[in-house]
Amino acid sequence: MGEDGESPKINHSFLRDYVTEADVISTVEFNQTGDLLATGDKGGRVVIFQRETESKDESEELGESGEYNVYSTFQSHEPDFDYLKSLEIEEKINKIRWLPQQNAAHFLLSTNDKTIKLWKVSERDKRPEGYNLKDEEGRIKDISTVTSLRVPVLKPTDLMVEVRPRRIFANGHTYHVNSISVNSDGETYLSADDLRINMWHLDITDRSFNIVDIKPANMEDLTEVITAAEFHPQHCHLFVYSSSKGTLRLCDMRESALCDKHSKIFEEPEDPGNRSFFSEIISSVSDVKFSHSGRYLLTRDYLTVKVWDLNMEKGPVETYQVHEYLRSKLCSLYENDCIFDKFECVWNSTDSVIMTGAYNSFFRMFDRETGRGVTLEAWRESSKPRAVLRTRRIYTGGRRRRGDVGVDSLDFTKKILHMAWHPAENIIAIAATNNLYIFQDRVNAENL
Amino acid sequence: MFSKGTKRKFSDGDEEISDESLVGARVASSYSLQRQSLLDMSLIKLQLCHMLVEPNLCRSVLIANTVRQIQEEMTHDGSWHMVTEAFCGPGQSPSERLVATEVLCRSREQDAEPKLFSVISYEGCREEEVVADETLCSVSVSDTVSNVCLAGRVGQCWEKSELSGVERDEEALEDSRLDSGEDEEIDTEDGASTESPKTTGQVFGTFEIKNGSPGPDSALEELFSDVDTSYYDLDTMLTGMQSAPKMGPYDLLDSLAPSHSSPSIVSTPTCRSDLNELDHIMEIIVGS
Repeated sequence: MGEDGESPKINHSFLRDYVTEADVISTVEFNQTGDLLATGDKGGRVVIFQRETESKDESEELGESGEYNVYSTFQSHEPDFDYLKSLEIEEKINKIRWLPQQNAAHFLLSTNDKTIKLWKVSERDKRPEGYNLKDEEGRIKDISTVTSLRVPVLKPTDLMVEVRPRRIFANGHTYHVNSISVNSDGETYLSADDLRINMWHLDITDRSFNIVDIKPANMEDLTEVITAAEFHPQHCHLFVYSSSKGTLRLCDMRESALCDKHSKIFEEPEDPGNRSFFSEIISSVSDVKFSHSGRYLLTRDYLTVKVWDLNMEKGPVETYQVHEYLRSKLCSLYENDCIFDKFECVWNSTDSVIMTGAYNSFFRMFDRETGRGVTLEAWRESSKPRAVLRTRRIYTGGRRRRGDVGVDSLDFTKKILHMAWHPAENIIAIAATNNLYIFQDRVNAENL
Repeated sequence: MFSKGTKRKFSDGDEEISDESLVGARVASSYSLQRQSLLDMSLIKLQLCHMLVEPNLCRSVLIANTVRQIQEEMTHDGSWHMVTEAFCGPGQSPSERLVATEVLCRSREQDAEPKLFSVISYEGCREEEVVADETLCSVSVSDTVSNVCLAGRVGQCWEKSELSGVERDEEALEDSRLDSGEDEEIDTEDGASTESPKTTGQVFGTFEIKNGSPGPDSALEELFSDVDTSYYDLDTMLTGMQSAPKMGPYDLLDSLAPSHSSPSIVSTPTCRSDLNELDHIMEIIVGS
């Protein structure tokens, strides 16, 4: 800007606190090696972070491993309009999934409510120089000025990251896409909306195969919707999907073309003591994840996370209370719509720890071996770089300690819905509204 | 919170006995009040669903299931009739938007006699009768002086699939108006209409309140005109398809009958809006 000596000082303080709706992060995902971390936001943008690889020598402390810096940013989806229904289609990125890397380029799938796109992320750090027919700026040379031939050579340039859409899988869904999952066969993936699940081939965009359809003949009979779906990590014929009634259905694609009939159904019988009008709503599964081993399932409903053994359908093998103190507040949470919040859940690399989000910028981690859980906070004011996260406590009675947070002082607008765990190391990425927090496990080299 | 009548009981001296019954009554009434307010909250949420650009199907289904659950429980309780009876009294104070508030403000005058719920049967000489179908789709209370005060489902008139259903209901309304004594016909009418695919499918209470006395009209209209019953249609809501998106019934009436001024959905209700609806319904029936 020019001289602004005469203009009054503009108070920018309000801008710091103002969060643009478009910047709210709506999905977080590590790639298979953990070197890349992708986030999608409500504005349809994808930001990819790359872990800085430092030269590691023997003496380097493990806690000093590379940081994540912005690698690339691109606009994945644009706001759209459905003319038939006169409804806007949000550009918010609902899910991102990375494909296993096959060559130098990286591929990821990103989806909004309706359209899935395959993006190719590639690096370019060389460029050809010395063309015969073009000059340095790319203009066509006058033929008469060319007196000799030369071979163009590749010269190193500054690193450029190019992101290009390679496939657009459109018009596959009538309802809102909530999940995508890449198959272990490396060729297909599934996309799930509220009532249907489709299977696509990564190379074919004009056709998809419907594998689950729970739409009733009469829409007025609709009582259950699909909330999440995922392929088994090893078996390419198995996938699971969760419903709003708290059931999980494991389907085997070898059984039939249309997998409306499940192979296994996982359902926990309702606890009659806890029954209320909200029982069904809080039993709705918001996220389902296979363990890395493929033997267990992790589900998140409103108040708990549950671990299920694929071999046992009658109930979960482990149940962890995320925020049981909210059970008495369900009516207020219903009123302010918080009861419909969809929290995600994740496994760590060895399937020994599970993690999920909560309110007030808190997130919870549960150690499966000890059964114990901790509450941690993702909040700028209390985390400085390299500071150790301290555990938090919610005061629910008994002796109140300093730092305990009362249930009534919880901020329900600060919700941790999206998160990811590095596939190999103890590094977690937590999305808190428009901020991304990356926490690393600091292991003291001396204690090893 | 408790009505004056309850307080007087203490001074009677039968404290112990009335204590227990009071406690029981308090618990029961507070539960039913909570349930009622939950029902109203849910219905308003469903109504608001329509105002969103992108209705969230999962949320709508969950709220709809909650509404159904409450209504089923209220049917079994026999307390469903209380809701409807509350509107049949004389001279009500200016009401707020929530139905629950209206119920709360009124003292319980009616008998505790439970009413039978059946689709077809007619309950004899009672002035008010309640008809509820299995899924608690529509509740209609007809009075001896049955004047149609509020007819639901106005906005749905424009849905092709529902036109026949609406006509059937409007016939019921007409019947009630013309032949107030023959409530049985209305029963059968409602009974027949429950078989129609449209009304059996209707999950939510389309509160068809047919009320007699002209006095409470304005209060009732104030109460209900904000509640856009067209949005109770599950099909419309869940698929997000509206033949006239973002237009409420009042906007439709506006285009039909320019002589009447129609309020917006959230503005102060007037008596005329329901008269507009009546005109509109009559037009459909007459086929003009």
